[in-house]
Amino acid sequence: MATKSAPVFALVDCNSFYASCERVFRPDLAKVPIVVLSNNDGCVIARSYDAKPHVKMGEPYFQIKDRLEQLGIVAFSSNYALYGDMSERVMSLIESMLPAVEVYSIDESFADLSGIVDATAMGRQLRSRILQCTGIPVGVGIAHTKTLAKLANHTAKRLQAHTGGVVNLCGDHERDWVLRNTAVSEVWGVGRRMTAHLEGMGIKTAMDLAKADPWSLRKKFSVVIEKTARELSGTACLELDEPDPPKQEICCSRMFGKRLTELAPIKEAVATYMMRASEKLRAQKSYCKKVRVSIRTGMFNPDEAKYAKGVVVTLPYPTDDVRLLTRAAVDAVAHVFQPGFRYSKAEVMLLDLRQPGEFSDDLFAVNQPAEASRVMAVLDAINGRWGRGTLRAASVPGKPDWGMRREMMSQSYTTRVDQLWRVSSH
Amino acid sequence: MSFTSLGPIAADGVRLPLCSFKVPAGFPSPAADHIEKEISLDELLGIRAPHVYLVRIDGDSMQGVGIYSGDLAVVDRAIEPGHGHVVVALLNNDPICKRLCLRGKSVVLQSENPKYPDRYVLEGDELTVWGVITYTVRSHGH
Repeated sequence: MATKSAPVFALVDCNSFYASCERVFRPDLAKVPIVVLSNNDGCVIARSYDAKPHVKMGEPYFQIKDRLEQLGIVAFSSNYALYGDMSERVMSLIESMLPAVEVYSIDESFADLSGIVDATAMGRQLRSRILQCTGIPVGVGIAHTKTLAKLANHTAKRLQAHTGGVVNLCGDHERDWVLRNTAVSEVWGVGRRMTAHLEGMGIKTAMDLAKADPWSLRKKFSVVIEKTARELSGTACLELDEPDPPKQEICCSRMFGKRLTELAPIKEAVATYMMRASEKLRAQKSYCKKVRVSIRTGMFNPDEAKYAKGVVVTLPYPTDDVRLLTRAAVDAVAHVFQPGFRYSKAEVMLLDLRQPGEFSDDLFAVNQPAEASRVMAVLDAINGRWGRGTLRAASVPGKPDWGMRREMMSQSYTTRVDQLWRVSSH
Repeated sequence: MSFTSLGPIAADGVRLPLCSFKVPAGFPSPAADHIEKEISLDELLGIRAPHVYLVRIDGDSMQGVGIYSGDLAVVDRAIEPGHGHVVVALLNNDPICKRLCLRGKSVVLQSENPKYPDRYVLEGDELTVWGVITYTVRSHGH
């Protein structure tokens, strides 16, 4: 399969990214296991390598708090300001070394290595430069398709000691060895249900899937799994940088830091979530025609009365104007609010999204006034430059008392001048 | 997975125009053709580079080279550390700011203040250079 003109992809993936970020500015924790908690310190969303044997993903913090203490595992609230900045540094370094890079998630990116004479050496260079410049360890998987690169990366991590964190599967021998020694459930894009189907057909390893007939996979399941099988056998079906289509709905929902019983703070929360949702809306350059707002109480405590209700509001015209959207959402939540409950969560969802030009500019339809679009552009420019929330609707408080619980959050070492890392010169 | 990046400290730093004029109506400024670029402290100090970090210095052992407690230091992690560099080092995992000196076979973390003795890095010590200090910034009160 490996012809000279075959493309070469690399997947660069940060090891235990959130935990690694915390360690950059806490060298004292270099050998201490770390877990990172979800918003509101709810459950475990990331673990350092040495915490993995002791803690499962998704375990609720309140249940494992004592166990963590006994084991000497340190817990952090998620610090997305830090992780976002460190991610940008890692991605910029990759982009400075390679011409075509697709940032796939906060801690992974695909890069095009086609035409590079020694791809493995490039992988090692990437690894050592990122480690030196950021302190974040990465694994690099290299292969002729994205799916194989992902598998190579997985192998690099699994066999860290043997591979030094870089695995190149461009050679048939290496590729076949890994395919034979990887369960089909470990293949990129094969979920639990698909695994069960495939195993039922006798497809148990990645090699079995690579050798399966792609056409019958397509007929039986989908074009997605067909592509996966073709990619495993070495035919590239996925290209770099296939941009995601704009989202069909945008949601912003969060637990309150404490239970709320009054309407006023709930309105503040809804306005805050709408501010964020409308930023996402404008970032993908869509307009929305409908807004759904919902609130609910906690659902698990048997002693508390339960209540959940949502309402959909249709807007006068497709819009991305945060002022109009906030007014609609705040009015809507007043309709579903019932006194006497202890609310734990609100959600704002933007529905019926359209791209400009997609909705008919019919003669009698009302459109968003041009001046509103200009105001939004100025708003986004100011907040882009001076930080989110610098300019906001009056209904959005600066420091809400219902805000997220983040009791174990590290400093914003790289994004706040008042929280910089302190280095002793005593 | 969706994530939110707050981005760097500011999108791009404060730019000071090299020259600025009020242009009287009707008279083109004779200097307009000579405006070359803007001065940016961000660019000068290189703090937008992915391998550069700002840290705060705490202590007076580097006063001799003008690094005082409370100063901001620009730390470059891409520079290969060498003899004579002022560095942020991790000595047994404690971050400290000192001058890195290689004396024969020994490695010394040297202070720039007679009150502080040199610290020889011994066999049982673990030393990592976190980054090299390229600039420091101090506020003079106003």
